[in-house]
Amino acid sequence: MKILILFAHPAFERSRVHARLLKAVRTLPGITIRDLYETYPDFDVFPKVEQPILEQHDLIILQHPFYWYSGPALLKQWMDLVLEHGWAYGKDGTALQGKYLMQVISTGGNAHAYSAEGHHGHAVYDFLLPFRQTAALCHMEYLPPYVVPGSAHIEEADLARYADSYVQLLQGLASKTTDLKALQQMPEANMLLNMPGLLSAPSR
Amino acid sequence: MSNESFFYQALVYLATMVVFVPLAKKLNLGSVLGYLLGGIIIGPALLGLIGQSGQDLMHFAEFGVVMMLFLIGMELEPSLLWKLRAPILGLGGLQVVITAVVLGGLAIAFGLPWNQGLVIGMILSLSSTAIVLQILTEKGQMGSGAGQSAFSVLLFQDIAVIPMLAIFPLLAPAGATVAAEESGSLIAHQPAWAKTLIVLGAVAGLVVGGRYVVKPVLHIVARTRLRELFTASALLLVVGIAVLMTLVGLSPALGAFLGGVLLANSEYRHELESDIEPFKGLLLGLFFIGVGATINFQLIIHSPWIIAGLVFGIMIVKFLVLLGLGKLFKLGKEQNLLFSFALPQVGEFAFVLFSFSAGAKLLPQELVDMMMAVVAITMALTPLIMLAYEKWIQPRFEGAGKQQDEREPDEIDERNAVIIAGFDHFGTVVGRFLRASGVPSTVLDLDSDRVDLLRRMGLKVHYGDAARFDLLKSAGAEQASIIVIAMATPEKNLEVVEAVKKHFPHLRMMVRAVDNADAFDLMNAGVLHIYRETIDTSLRMGTDVLEQLGRRAYQSQRAARMFRRFDEKSLKGLSAFRDDKQYVNAAKERIEELQKLIQADAYTNMMIRDTGWERDNAEERN
Repeated sequence: MKILILFAHPAFERSRVHARLLKAVRTLPGITIRDLYETYPDFDVFPKVEQPILEQHDLIILQHPFYWYSGPALLKQWMDLVLEHGWAYGKDGTALQGKYLMQVISTGGNAHAYSAEGHHGHAVYDFLLPFRQTAALCHMEYLPPYVVPGSAHIEEADLARYADSYVQLLQGLASKTTDLKALQQMPEANMLLNMPGLLSAPSR
Repeated sequence: MSNESFFYQALVYLATMVVFVPLAKKLNLGSVLGYLLGGIIIGPALLGLIGQSGQDLMHFAEFGVVMMLFLIGMELEPSLLWKLRAPILGLGGLQVVITAVVLGGLAIAFGLPWNQGLVIGMILSLSSTAIVLQILTEKGQMGSGAGQSAFSVLLFQDIAVIPMLAIFPLLAPAGATVAAEESGSLIAHQPAWAKTLIVLGAVAGLVVGGRYVVKPVLHIVARTRLRELFTASALLLVVGIAVLMTLVGLSPALGAFLGGVLLANSEYRHELESDIEPFKGLLLGLFFIGVGATINFQLIIHSPWIIAGLVFGIMIVKFLVLLGLGKLFKLGKEQNLLFSFALPQVGEFAFVLFSFSAGAKLLPQELVDMMMAVVAITMALTPLIMLAYEKWIQPRFEGAGKQQDEREPDEIDERNAVIIAGFDHFGTVVGRFLRASGVPSTVLDLDSDRVDLLRRMGLKVHYGDAARFDLLKSAGAEQASIIVIAMATPEKNLEVVEAVKKHFPHLRMMVRAVDNADAFDLMNAGVLHIYRETIDTSLRMGTDVLEQLGRRAYQSQRAARMFRRFDEKSLKGLSAFRDDKQYVNAAKERIEELQKLIQADAYTNMMIRDTGWERDNAEERN
């Protein structure tokens, strides 16, 4: 499976978690990384450049910090402009059909914060509803997210483990050795890798 | 004429203008009425200051009409004429023909010979371009349906004068004709076929000359950058055409009109217009004074009822014809009434045509005297009629008339919302960008070579000094909403700023500045929108340097935007305490300026440290 990582971080120069994650996967074969804030610092996203790139990949990973229960502004701008009617959805909009969509996110809060009783009151999986439905509308399969929680104060050793698992995840997906059916049953990809995630079940 | 009497006459006429025109304006009567009143008062009827010289004066001042036709011609780009062809030919043509036939028929019914009746009908069908256009412009109605229709009718009438002048001699009783028309011409004694050839040759010469001689000559003159020389050339052009036309026995007005149309597309159009405009205005003013002075009051006192009957009869017939045509051409009710109330007077060309007819023995002098008085009175009544219309008739349509207002203005309005003054590398980019965004602009530039080049490439650029009131006016400053001032030097920019502030305070000024010192001067002049030439480019370069060093693109761009905002803020701060000191030399001033700027940067640097997306401590609560 050819993998495209769409990376969106407005202050990457100050990021620890994402710098580490990207550094770990950058050299893997069969993976393309697209740094949106570096490519479109003025927010003028070109759909005609983006669309062929999407068509050449099978798994699209949106990697970004979790801001206000969503992605950074440019990621939304990218979706607004690139996922065009007649291309991604709507009549004849089948360019993304059968492809997979996945998110790799870092959150400030931990497992308890993302629960019915916690600070944010809902599971991360619930907050990701707009992305899940976007995938559905574009005829894509949504894979559960890989989450790096507590990013503000994460220990260096833990961060290294998250980076290693990320490599593992991508290698498994790229070589199609991962059991996608089993993965799709999980609330988070973290379970597959035995990494602590937010682990709260979606409130279905 | 001795010097003394020349100065005496100049004194009388100029004083008349200066006294009566502002007075008439103050009373809302319009300038034409002011000239007429002034003429009546200084004329033999009242003060007797100018005795019988009114007639001579009119003869001299008729040249103002020639200039007016030249200017009208210049307003008429062939393409505009073509777009307006339906209303001009249809509405205008029908108005002239029907009015002439009805009024001529009435005249014949009252016992005039058929040829005199016809002549009177044709003359009376004309309306006053000078009065009507001025009134409609003042009322802001030129873009409306009524304004467009009125313009079309007036235009057709102005053109119709030319064939009228050609037909009249044919209508004159045998023997009287030739003397009046061709006495001064070279070709009076040529056989008919040679006359025709010479006339055609002269017109062809005009067309060819206009294209291949006048433009290059104007180009050379413009390059000398001597304004008075350009004015002299403009006058020479009109006078030259008039002389040429007189030599071959054609109407100078026709020649001037043709000459104007030929130059309508030239880059010197605005400049020529603004050079000739004052002369035309003065001469027409003199002409109106002459008209006022020659009104025969004896006649009016002798037969007041006949005169009154003629005035109202003529105006009512003209009004009804206009009303019917307006309906036929689908003007809305309110617009049609405005259109019909605006045009029922007889126009200034009537004076020319009547004196011409008298000279050609086509009409008896007594009849001409009476008609001149009638015409003058109809003109004098027009502003009063419009006042009455505004007061009593227009209010009935307020509210109900809204629908008409939404009608799209017709093609005549080629005035642009944006004027660009100065079109070097700076203004060019602004103009190109606006054009690419579908916003047309009127461009004025002082470099005749560049104007030439840009016009060859199909851009509409006009040659001229944007600091001049008249040029700004003819470029449409009254209708425009924004002026981009991007002249080559700061001094020139300030000049334009001052001119705009004085004459067109409604225009929003967006001004190019070279550096900070220049920006300060513009701030002191009250300019709100100032664009320093290099600030954006320098910052973009700085941004690229950061990116080349490996800084994130988004981070660098944000920093640049913030830097610019704070820089502009500190510029305003610096300008506040700049006036306290008078700097002795400019270099010292710049150094101190720089010092202050760098001090201000310490603050700026602190402010643009990007703290966006930094996590607060709220998360730790969980």
